[in-house]
Amino acid sequence: MFKLDNYQLDARLKNISLSINAGEKIALLGPSGGGKTSLLNVLHQQCANNIAWCPQEHGLVEALSGYHNIYMGQLQKHNALYNLVNLLKPLSKHKNEISELARLLALDPELHLWTSVSQLSGGQRQRISIGRALYRSQDTFLGDEPVSSLDPVQAQMILELILRRHNTVILALHNRQQALNNFDRIIGIKAGSIIFDSPAKEFAKNKYQAGLLDSLYE
Amino acid sequence: MLISFLSSVLGSFSRFFSKSLLGSNQRLSFTFIVTALLCIPFADLVIYQVEPWQELSRIGQGIIQPSFPEIAVLADSLMITVAFALIAVAGAAFLGLLFALVFHSKIVRVFSASIRAVHELFWGLIFMQVYGLSATTGVLAILVPFTGIFAKMFAEIIEQQSTVPNSTIAPKTDRFSRYFYSWLPQSWPQMVSYTRYRFECALRSSTILGFIGLPTLGFYLETAFKQGQYDEAAGLLFSFFLLIASIRWWLHSRVLPAYILVPIYLVLSFIALPEAPQVYGSSLVQFLTYDVWPKSLLSGDLSSAMNWYQHQLLDVALPALWDTLLLSQLALVLTGILVLVFYPWASKAFFPNKLSLIRGLGRSFLLILRSVPEMIFAFVFLLILGPSGIPAVLALALHNAGLISYLLMRHSEQLKYRADSGKGINHYFYEVTPRVYPHFLSLLLYRWEVIIRESAILGILGITTLGFYIDSAFEDIRYDRALFLIIISALLNIAVDSFSRKVRSNLS
Repeated sequence: MFKLDNYQLDARLKNISLSINAGEKIALLGPSGGGKTSLLNVLHQQCANNIAWCPQEHGLVEALSGYHNIYMGQLQKHNALYNLVNLLKPLSKHKNEISELARLLALDPELHLWTSVSQLSGGQRQRISIGRALYRSQDTFLGDEPVSSLDPVQAQMILELILRRHNTVILALHNRQQALNNFDRIIGIKAGSIIFDSPAKEFAKNKYQAGLLDSLYE
Repeated sequence: MLISFLSSVLGSFSRFFSKSLLGSNQRLSFTFIVTALLCIPFADLVIYQVEPWQELSRIGQGIIQPSFPEIAVLADSLMITVAFALIAVAGAAFLGLLFALVFHSKIVRVFSASIRAVHELFWGLIFMQVYGLSATTGVLAILVPFTGIFAKMFAEIIEQQSTVPNSTIAPKTDRFSRYFYSWLPQSWPQMVSYTRYRFECALRSSTILGFIGLPTLGFYLETAFKQGQYDEAAGLLFSFFLLIASIRWWLHSRVLPAYILVPIYLVLSFIALPEAPQVYGSSLVQFLTYDVWPKSLLSGDLSSAMNWYQHQLLDVALPALWDTLLLSQLALVLTGILVLVFYPWASKAFFPNKLSLIRGLGRSFLLILRSVPEMIFAFVFLLILGPSGIPAVLALALHNAGLISYLLMRHSEQLKYRADSGKGINHYFYEVTPRVYPHFLSLLLYRWEVIIRESAILGILGITTLGFYIDSAFEDIRYDRALFLIIISALLNIAVDSFSRKVRSNLS
């Protein structure tokens, strides 16, 4: 599905060779500035039309409500006039769908969907941003630390939601336990290079592999 | 000797740059300052011995003891001033939004560059030949150039927005949906704030249109100034300050939101427009096909037409162009320096107290600087310093510094600061100024074009910029020459505009 062959992006990514098949659940681990975001951007550009994309900066439009920010995930499915009408007067079909989605994200549809997103807290904003990506309803989800501002319980719940709804998932994470518990394949990136790329199971039984994981952050 | 010195200086600059110790922002600022220094020897910056004291003391007396015209006259001219500005800004902002949507098209860019390159005053003079001293002339003279300005500014505001929201929606999404869901709402606060500020500019333009005879405040202001009735001039000027200072009460009211207030005012404005007097000029068609072309061209004598154009270009346009460029370059750099000194005194980022006296004074100072038309500044400086480029540079720099400082101050207040950010001078140098600096440069680069445009007004006072020759051509009813010079000045503006656009895109 994704394929990189000796890929080079100035100093940020060096000789990356990578092949990802449909159906894989992959976590990217590594120190800040190591190249996780650059790699995700590259993968995203490979087929941007069919990816639910959740960037680190959220990309919320401050002046719009939570509802409209989530609705933006389906702009391409409707014509401009339909979208414009929905901007002025939210349509009940989408209102129901998005309220349902908000409940799954532990957001209160009455409270959090109808004020401008600039009034929401960091964690709420992050969930609105995930909401937009989920509303894209794609097979593949790419996210850059999508649950970094959430408490552990909520983070676990939303990770499961993302994994359940998508066939292929690639997430950059900073919490290694989250990565090991929920994903099949772990890729470690440091200084622009892939340090290791192995099944998550390996880390429990193989001491050497566990050592690699520790050395990633040294 | 001088040349070798210059080349060694330039050489050390280029070494300085190539080491790239400085970021692109600093490099650009530095280049501008050096260019301005190089301009100084060539510009007409002599201080003449003049005896201004008698005239100045009369101006001083007038300011201390202002007098006001009859209340009916004052109210009527104020209403017409506001009506022209409001209708023109509403129309121009709407058209500007539409143009901004298709601003990537070169035709749209060139078109809006050409309509905004001609000053309101000259649009007024042009429309006057066709529509006389009517409301149509007043509104169109502001609406046409402002449409070009709005289009460019809105397009730039959109350009400045983060591209991240756009990256999360599917690439297949159509342009309109993108515009309404991400670009427009992202830019909305800045657009509203810019439109408010433009409305102030429009009030000033509307006033200035009085100088060519439209019945706005400026008509009475110019008459009073010309006749030396400084007490009445001061009274009119104070009324104008009050009008601008009170915008926040009658337009940005807390009682009624703007989307209800503005339509009400618009209806009232249409009612307040003066009745059109009998038009005595040529028809639009006759004006465009006959009046504005040289006789020799109309009679088909191409070689003498070429001679005529050559004469106009070499003997009139180029010297005027040179003067305009020198003065505006100096004015631009002086403006930048003044802005960096002025803006913190008016900003909540530095004086957060609700009732800060310093901030209040700073705001009033900026209000006065940006409300006084350059014309008035230049007039007073001409009295003190004699007829040279200095009054023009000072007038342009003070007025524009007032404007940009105000915009920068607002920008600095919109930023979010950490609770533990520094105070006073540390806050200025480490936090606020570095964060607002890119915006400052972009305002200044944008203003560059406007400064050249505004030097047109000063031409009327006798400073030999392009505007001087355009104004005299209209006075001599030489429309052919006026059109030629207007086109030259428009080309100059377009050149500066595209140059500043390039510089800006290099910055980011």
